[in-house]
Amino acid sequence: MSDANSRFEVVVVGAGPAGLAAAAAAAESGRRTLVLDATPWLGGQIWRGREAKGGSGSAKRWLARLQATDAVVARQTTVVAAPRPGVLLAESPEGPREIGWETLILTIGARELFLPFPGWTLPGVVGIGGLQVLVKGGWPLDGKRIVIAGSGPLLFAAGAEYRAAGADVVLIAEQTDLGKLARFGLSLPRLAPRKITQAAQYQASLLGVPYRPGCWAVSAQGADRLEGVTLRSSRRTWTERCDVLATGFGFLPNLELPRLFGCRTANGAAVVDDRQESSQAGIFIAGEPTGIGGEGRALVEGLIAGFSAAGRLERAGRLEKKRRRAMAFSRAMDRAFALREEVRNLASPETLICRCEDVARRDLEKFGDWRAAKLHTRCGMGPCQGRICGGAVEKLYGWDAASNRPPVFPVQIGTLRDPEPGSRGASK
Amino acid sequence: MAEIVSLTINGRPVRVPSGTVVAAALALAGESRFRRSVAGHPRGPLCGMGVCFECSVTIDGRPHCRSCQTLCAEGMEVRTDE
Ligand SMILES: Cc1cc2nc3c(=O)[nH]c(=O)nc-3n(C[C@H](O)[C@H](O)[C@H](O)COP(=O)(O)OP(=O)(O)OC[C@H]3O[C@@H](n4cnc5c(N)ncnc54)[C@H](O)[C@@H]3O)c2cc1C
Ligand code: FES
Repeated sequence: MSDANSRFEVVVVGAGPAGLAAAAAAAESGRRTLVLDATPWLGGQIWRGREAKGGSGSAKRWLARLQATDAVVARQTTVVAAPRPGVLLAESPEGPREIGWETLILTIGARELFLPFPGWTLPGVVGIGGLQVLVKGGWPLDGKRIVIAGSGPLLFAAGAEYRAAGADVVLIAEQTDLGKLARFGLSLPRLAPRKITQAAQYQASLLGVPYRPGCWAVSAQGADRLEGVTLRSSRRTWTERCDVLATGFGFLPNLELPRLFGCRTANGAAVVDDRQESSQAGIFIAGEPTGIGGEGRALVEGLIAGFSAAGRLERAGRLEKKRRRAMAFSRAMDRAFALREEVRNLASPETLICRCEDVARRDLEKFGDWRAAKLHTRCGMGPCQGRICGGAVEKLYGWDAASNRPPVFPVQIGTLRDPEPGSRGASK
Repeated sequence: MAEIVSLTINGRPVRVPSGTVVAAALALAGESRFRRSVAGHPRGPLCGMGVCFECSVTIDGRPHCRSCQTLCAEGMEVRTDE
């Protein structure tokens, strides 16, 4: 990429539903737009891999809408730092690269929330969304016995998808109670009518699979890999033999880039106004980083951010009603799937909390806050930089485990000192 | 889209459909231990999306590559167990 190609009016970081919508809206509005993603795929967690297969439904529509514009796409390009105002530092297979922006849209999605329990580090214990993503990349499930234990609407979608991939789904354990679920179900026709048909489809494809609200995994067993999982409900505790335990308790907004740019956050999400602009002028944030709300919310927020970034506030304003509805759905979801006390507190003293540095709960507990624990145990200092254990200690101890030191992802040696303007990648 | 990619996993030849991620190729080859943790425990993929680093393997001599974020390529050499 030459220098002329490294400055854009609008730069969109993250090519999931929110990023695709934002880039399409900005480019359709005549702005010179770049959308980049860390992965080789477009479509984020939900649509990845669809591009090669021709896509279907909304994935196909949105990919086509972006392709009809002259937005530039950069894959395998990870934003790792912001060396100067208006400049991003990204890492790509061709080497480090600097990208100039006038308006920035952050659509970097969310990650799964994992709550540690004895045995959760065994191979075979996988994230619920994580396994969906792996299946899209060809991970084999044919004939595997799977228990799904966690929380959230994704459990249905995941169960249906694993089954379609040939898995024997033994049980879906949802930690929240039936009462809360029922109230959530009753609010769906008003908040998200489309979700009803979707739910019915999942139900049909999960015929015969027990779905147990008020039930959770307390431990996983196995020598070198998972062999079984012990489950609990208000009435009993029992063990299921299985090859895979898919676990996850909803999602946590990715905030490393908003924090890097000094954007205000509150209650674990980025704060934006009704045009998706953050507390930093010229930086817009859309999709999961502003709050978990699924594909629908990500798309409408992405469009609003893209139109707003292009100065088309009136066009963005027309989407306000849709946005409000999506946010009401998010709030209903938060209430319905609030975590019960028992699942926050399943780790035994020996259970590892930090998987990168192998730090057990009993070694963390001596400290009063995240900073002290990090300093003394190296918890959160491994390659994941606290992205996995940080969420767990927030739920366990209420510690604020925000970390925003650049680089926001581990980088190749050289990335942080190499790029002299004009020299990057040129000799590779 | 039934193109086939040939690679080796711990020296053994493996053939997978193009578009397969390296993590999936490892699972297809029957590997469950992708790496050993600092205390020597076996580990495999958790997040599937590039944040946990539990799926790290050596690809073409480069250690600590996230196998869930890397597509299989012709002639690739993959080693587990760093
Ligand atoms: C692991 C996982 C699996 C999921 N599976 C499903 C599913 O099967 N079905 C479903 O309905 N919902 C699924 N979800 C929820 C889904 O992500 C949301 O419903 C919705 O798609 C979010 O859209 P988004 O655009 O906000 O974020 P995402 O789709 O997460 O997109 C964010 C993008 O930003 C990129 N990115 C992040 N940081 C950087 C950086 N520093 N530099 C460059 N790029 C970066 C990521 O690679 C990603 O492609 C899953 C979520 C996760 C975390
Ligand atoms: S499985 Fe988490 S980084 Fe690959």
